[in-house]
Order: sequence, then structure tokens, then C-alpha cells
Amino acid sequence: MTGIEQFLADKGIYFLTFFLLSLGIYGIITCKNYMKKLIGMNIMQVSAIIFFLSLGQKKGATIPVLLEGLTNSDAYNNPLTHALMLTAIVVSLGTTGVGLALLTRIKEKFGSVEEEEIIRRQDKL
Amino acid sequence: MQHFPALVVILPLCGAALSLALTKIHIHLGRNVIFLSLAASFCMSIMQLRNVVLNGPMEYRFGGYALPYSIEFRIDAVGGVVVSMVALMGLITAFYCISGEVRTDKIKVGGAYSVVALFVAGMLGTASSADAFNMYVFLEITALAAYCLIALGGNRGMIAAFRYLLVGTIAATFYLMGVGILYAVTGTLNLQDMSVIIHQGGKDEAVLVALCLLIAGLGVKSALFPFHGWQPSAHTHEERGSAALIAGVMVKIPVFMLFRYIYFVFGMDYKYMKQVLIILGVFVGIGMMYGSIRAMGQTNMKKLLAYSSITQTSYFMLGIVIGAPVALAGSLLHFIGDAFIKGGLFYCAGAIKYKFGTININNFGMIYKKMPVTATLIVSGALSMIGIPPTVGFFSKWYIAIGAIQTGKYIFLVLLIISSLLNAVYFFKLIEKVFMENDKEMEDIRPVKKGELPWSMLIPMTICIAVIFLLGFFNVPLINIVLPLFEGVGL
Repeated sequence: MTGIEQFLADKGIYFLTFFLLSLGIYGIITCKNYMKKLIGMNIMQVSAIIFFLSLGQKKGATIPVLLEGLTNSDAYNNPLTHALMLTAIVVSLGTTGVGLALLTRIKEKFGSVEEEEIIRRQDKL
Repeated sequence: MQHFPALVVILPLCGAALSLALTKIHIHLGRNVIFLSLAASFCMSIMQLRNVVLNGPMEYRFGGYALPYSIEFRIDAVGGVVVSMVALMGLITAFYCISGEVRTDKIKVGGAYSVVALFVAGMLGTASSADAFNMYVFLEITALAAYCLIALGGNRGMIAAFRYLLVGTIAATFYLMGVGILYAVTGTLNLQDMSVIIHQGGKDEAVLVALCLLIAGLGVKSALFPFHGWQPSAHTHEERGSAALIAGVMVKIPVFMLFRYIYFVFGMDYKYMKQVLIILGVFVGIGMMYGSIRAMGQTNMKKLLAYSSITQTSYFMLGIVIGAPVALAGSLLHFIGDAFIKGGLFYCAGAIKYKFGTININNFGMIYKKMPVTATLIVSGALSMIGIPPTVGFFSKWYIAIGAIQTGKYIFLVLLIISSLLNAVYFFKLIEKVFMENDKEMEDIRPVKKGELPWSMLIPMTICIAVIFLLGFFNVPLINIVLPLFEGVGL
């Protein structure tokens, strides 16, 4: 492997995670539309999920289901991180659900999900 | 008895799940089931605390697997005290919520109570769990319930809730990343096991990154000084009944988690702990001043209390930063006391809002004649916040100050005294408004036949007054319970 390939194989996934995390937070901070903020939040949560999943991978390993004659633990991927991230995905789903419900109500009351519009109407209500 | 640590959390969770369905049968059935579950949970937490004090820490392993593999609930003396505090606060706040019911709509009543029960269950779980990822799940249960409760507070409440949702999720993701790095380094999620592996050394830099992420995540959740942006608007607009629970208890649980991470997982002999504590010390020092100074200018009572919360959070962290066992114990006493003080003051704000429809402190003239119990709670809470004996606030600050002197960190002693004096400025202003201000002749929008308020509001407020003074008088037994645990971990 050349230098760049080696680097990507070793550390590339961490840079991807960091990039997604920054992208999500950047989206939350800069977007004026609340729906876009929510999407940014989702991208950020995905970064944590990818990070955890990358911890469980092993080179040349198979899915963690017991195979005949394969008792070496190195031959299986770590199932714990997948189980954890299943829970984290559910949490992320719940957060997104509550966020969308809130946005529906905000849209009903304020007639918009644009931040400037909401701030303007907030003073009138 | 050995199943109590799990039952304390599971009962309110079951109550929350059942409430909405039972409300379909009768409007008050779901509510009563929740009261019953919270009361049972409180009784069990007290018995569990007694058992812990007599027989040492309790461990509960789900599924009975061996230790690093199973999810563990671990109740030591400190955790037991915190769990009891949360359970009591949850129970009396649920009572307080009776006055805010919408009696026409079954779904709203059942739903609101199930959210409150879920909220309490989440906090109880976070305080009892000894598994890093399990803590994350409970933290998110708490946060989700909190978003709902804040959103119930009207139009502005919804905006505050949405903003808090974004910030809170960033915090939770940071915490999750921190746990991920710790898992990558140690290969375990159990806190005790993790502690053993971290103490063996190596990979100190990676662990430092994890610690920073944990501090950032839990700092946002607990509104520690530079991360407090979401807090004032959320506390001002949240729903009246549950405000005490959100402001009084929710923001403390992450501090407790941070305390457990710093002292029981990383430990004082961790290579970079000194530097981390210095940075935290700077945050705490600025936070103590900032919260008090911002609170001085407020005329909205809830906003005043919200800024005051930033100061109080800094006091708990101050105990952690000083690190002497006495200071840690004082920090814990402040932690328990402040739940009832801040909770009680939010009950007062809610009660005045309920009766007169205003929480502007300039309208508080003659409140002491119209609402004697409320005025008593405001005065005892305010005195305790400032730190005047025999209330609990004095003793907790006293222990923290002793710790600062023992370790020679005099700068924190000076900051503590200045900050207490600044507290005095705005809390005496509040007391002055209650007693001296001219009567504004406000209209009583909800007259009660007998007494000043419905009994469902008076009972929680009386309990708060009692606890503020009882914790002050009996602070020594509490300190003696928790001190042995701190001797091993402090500086």
C-alpha cells in the first residue's frame, strides 16, 4: 500500500467522523430554517454512530453468528458496538420525532419555521 | 431488598407507560397510578439508602451476567442520597401539578403525567446506573421528557424547547463520542472496570480527549458557565407545574455524573487531571460572578432564578474543583439542598402566577399577607441561597470553604464570599419586594375558599420549607454518611 492508502485505511474513518460532526454543528449554527437545523442535528448524530461502528470492525472478520469450527474471537466482528448503536439510533429517532412534533406546532402557531419570521411574530403574540 | 435499585427506576417507568391507557377508563386513574408508583419508588429509595448506609454499596446486575459484561446499577452512599432526593422531588412535584390540570381533556391529563413520570424515571436511572452507555440512554430519556415539559409552557415555551432540543442533542452526541473513545481505549463500559484500566496508564492523550468531550457534553446539559446559553429562556418559559423539577433537579444530574467520572473513573492520579481541574476552576470562578451579576438586573422572578441557577451549578463544581473530601461533601450537601431551595422558589413563582397571573417581582407588594406560606418559602429559600444559618445553604458553603482552606486554594474562598454577597444583593431585593413594596391591588384570578392556595400546592411547599431547615439542623449525620466514601478519592 502507498502512503496515502495506508493513512486512509488507518485514520480515514476518524476524519470522516470528525467531518460529519463539524458539518452537522455548522448546519445547526448557520442555517436560519428550523427544519434545516433539525437535518443538521441528524447528520451530527450519524457521525457518532459511524464512529462506534468503526470500533467494532476487524480485518477479515465475519458477522457475529457462531460458525462451525470457527471459535477464534478474532474471526468475528464485535457485536456490542452494533447493539449499542441500535439503541443510539432509537434515541436519535425519538429526538427527531419530538423535534418534528415541535416544528409542526410552531408552524401552526407562528405560520413559519424561518427563525427571523418567528422572532418577529414572537413579540406580537 | 436486592431488587430495589432496579425497582426504584422501573416503577415510575411502568407508571408512565400505563398512565395514558388508564386515563381512557377514568380521568384520574392514570394520575393516581403514577402517584402510587412515585410514592413506592420514594419509599424504596429511602429503605435502599438505609441498607446502603448499614451494609455498604448495593450492586444490581441485570440478567445476572458477570461484571464487565452486564449492565450494572450501583448504589453507594452518595448515589443513594441523590436517588432519594430525586424521588422525593418527583413525588411532590407530581402533587403540585394537580393544580395545573386541564380537566376537560383526558388525553392531556394522562399525557402530561406520563411525561413527568418518564422524566423522574430517567433521572433516577441516570443517578443509579454504573454503565457509561446506560447513563447516556437515561440521560436522553430525561432530556426528551424535558423538551416536552418545556414545550407545554405556551408559544415561547415551544421555541425555547426547540432550541434546547438542538443544544441538548449536541451535548448528548459529545457525551456519546466521549464514551466511544473511552470504550475504544478500555474495551469496557462498566465504570469500575474502566477505572481500573485507566489507572494502568498508557493512552493518556486519548483519554484526555474523552474527558474534554464528557465535560463539554455534561457541561451543556447542566448549564455550566460557558455552556449555559439555552438555560435562561428554557427555565423562564417552561410549564408552571414541572418547572421545579426541571430547574431544581434536572440540571444537577449531569453534574453528579461528571463528579462520578472525575473522581471515581479518572481519579486524582490521572496524568492531566490537575490541568483539567484548573480549566474547570476558571469556568467556575467566572460562572459564580456572571450568574449573580446577570440575576441582579432581572425583574421576572423565573429569569432571576434561572440566572441564579448558573451560580448554584458553579458552587457544586467548585466543590469538585477544590477536591478536598470536606469540600466534596459540602458540594453534595449543596446539591441536595439546592434541589429543594430552587425547586421551592419555582413553586412560589408558580403559585403567584397561578393566583395573580404575574411573576414580575415589582408586583409582589403585600404578598406576605395574602400568601403567608409562599412568603415563608421565599424568605427561607432566599436566606438559604445567600447562606445564612440555620438553613442548609450556610452549612454547605461552610464545608466548601473549609475544603478551600485545607487545600490552600484561597482564591476560591474569596470568590465564594464575593459571590455569596452578590447573591445577597438580589435575594434581599426579592425579600424587600415581598415585604416592603406597595400593594399593587392585583386581582385574585383563582380564589380559594379556605387558605391561600389549594392543598395540592401547599403540601409540596411545606415539605420544601421543612427540608431546607431540617437539612440545615441535621447536616452532620448526612456529611458523616458520605464522607467515608470521599476520603479515598479526594486530593
